[in-house]
Formats: sequence, structure tokens, C-alpha cells
Amino acid sequence: MADDAKAEGSALEFHPMDQFVVKPLFGDGDVGLFTITNVTLWMALAVVAITALMVLGTRGRAIIPNRSQSIAELAYGFVYKMVEDVTGKDGVVYFPYIMTLFLFIIFANFLGLVPMAFTTTSHIAVTAVLAMAVFLSVTIIGFVKNGPGFLKLFWVDAAPLPLRPILAVIEVISYFVRPVSHSIRLAGNMMAGHAVVKVFAGFAAVAAISPLSVLAVTAVYGLEVLVSAIQAYVFTILTCVYLRDALHPHH
Amino acid sequence: MEGELAHIGAGIAALGSGAAAIGVGTVAGNFLAGALRNPSAAGGQTATLFIGIAFAEALGIFAFLVALLLMFAV
Repeated sequence: MADDAKAEGSALEFHPMDQFVVKPLFGDGDVGLFTITNVTLWMALAVVAITALMVLGTRGRAIIPNRSQSIAELAYGFVYKMVEDVTGKDGVVYFPYIMTLFLFIIFANFLGLVPMAFTTTSHIAVTAVLAMAVFLSVTIIGFVKNGPGFLKLFWVDAAPLPLRPILAVIEVISYFVRPVSHSIRLAGNMMAGHAVVKVFAGFAAVAAISPLSVLAVTAVYGLEVLVSAIQAYVFTILTCVYLRDALHPHH
Repeated sequence: MEGELAHIGAGIAALGSGAAAIGVGTVAGNFLAGALRNPSAAGGQTATLFIGIAFAEALGIFAFLVALLLMFAV
């Protein structure tokens, strides 16, 4: 596709999707199951950044927090309040998992905005694993906590009796479609946003419109910062909603 | 020829993303209308706002998924 664009005299110096190519970090062999790739590098960087913020930031345990401790406490309080508000008191047990998810996604999103960086969350392979982990654990928690009563989730008591079987089919479909929408929402938003930045960056090669292109890149970049935070928030809050359904399956 | 038809189909399926945009706009607009009438109650409802947006957006994502399948799997 990139060659076609060049052959037609297009102004694009590079293809906007080139940034999403997974390649090995050392050498140029094939990507196998255990190859260290740029995805590995940027995921590891996200983990290092989270550890630096949460462990080193709160090491002082100061009464009057310094900057990094304030950010760490802010993030903790934000996610804790979200879990408590959405799932209720009995959902707080699962707070560490949800906090981990939120921090990993928001750090991966923000690190992907660094120029020349690789956005790990733009790959469905990454987000699908996160979403499947949520889906499986929520289903298991639901059956462990409620036994067969968990199936009440699909049997809407509030509806008239003739409607209930139809609703049950719809509820079952929407339940199993959850991991699909959960993962593609994050990956799609990240991929589309970064591709748009690169498309506008490609126009910078044309001298006549390059000032406009720089302005557009700045504006879209600002929007992407917002989208990165919102998508991490949405992923986390949907996890909380699914968890609430598992803990309290009665409508 | 079949591959080209699949690409046209992918383009048509992408129209669903626009429909999802209408849905998200409805959710956010109605939230704003309600929030301006009773600003004190708005703060507690932002989570509901984002859940509503996410559910509206999910159907747009299915349209996007159909487009992706037509592009790469058919």
C-alpha cells in the first residue's frame, strides 16, 4: 500500500500504519513466541514507570506529600472511589487488580504518545488478553459467589413472562460479546488516533501546507492525550460494571 | 473482483461508526442538558455518562469489526 501511494506521486513520505509494525529488538529475524520485540520493550518501560511512581514516589510517606507522592495518592484515591461507587463495598476486595489494569493501560497509552514510541495498547493482541482476563475472572467470580444463581443475570425478572426467553437470548449474546467490544474499543481508539497524527505529520513534507500540518498535529496530539486518559478510564469502569454484574446478578 | 466488492462492503460497514457517533452525541448532549438544569447532581453521574457512552460506542465497534473482517478475513 505504501508503494502504491508513492507511485501515484502522493506526498506521503511514510505510511501512517508503519508505526504499528512489531519487529524484533535485536537483529531482524522472524517474530516468534519468545522474541524480544519493541512491544516487549515498551510494556517493560510501562511497568518500570508504574513501579517508579508507586513505589519510589510513596517511599517517603510524608505527611505533606511531594509531587510524585501526590500523583500516586491521587491515582490510588481515584480508582478506589471508582471501584467503591460502581461495585459497592464487597467489590473493594478486587481493587488491586483493577488498579493494576488502570495503571498499566494509562501508562501504556501515555508512553505511546512519546515521539518514536510504540503504542502497545494499539494492538488487539494486547488488549484482547486484558479483556479476556477480565471476562474469565468475572465469570468465575460470578459462579463462585452465586453458584447457579449467576444465571439469573440472563433471566430478566422485571420483563413480562413471554418476553423473557427472547431477552435471555439477547442477554447471553451481549454477555459473550463483552470481551470483543472491551478490547477493540481500546485498541481501535489508540490505533486510529495515532494514525491520524501520522497522516497529518505526513503532510508536513509539502512546503505550502506544512504550517497548517504542524498546527493540526499539535491539536490532534492534545486530543490524543485526552483520549488516552478517557479510554483507560472507560476500560477500568467497564471492568467495574462487569464485576458488579458478577457480584449482584439480580437486576 | 470479489476482493474489490469486499472493500466496498467494508466502506459501507464503516458507516456504522458514524451512526455510533450520533448515539454518543445524544448521550453526551442529554447529559449536558440535564447537568445544566441540576448542576449539583451532575458530578455523581459522570460514571453513568461514560458507561452510557461506552455502550453506545460498542455497536459502532461492531460495525468497525465487520469492516475489518471484510478487509482482511474475506
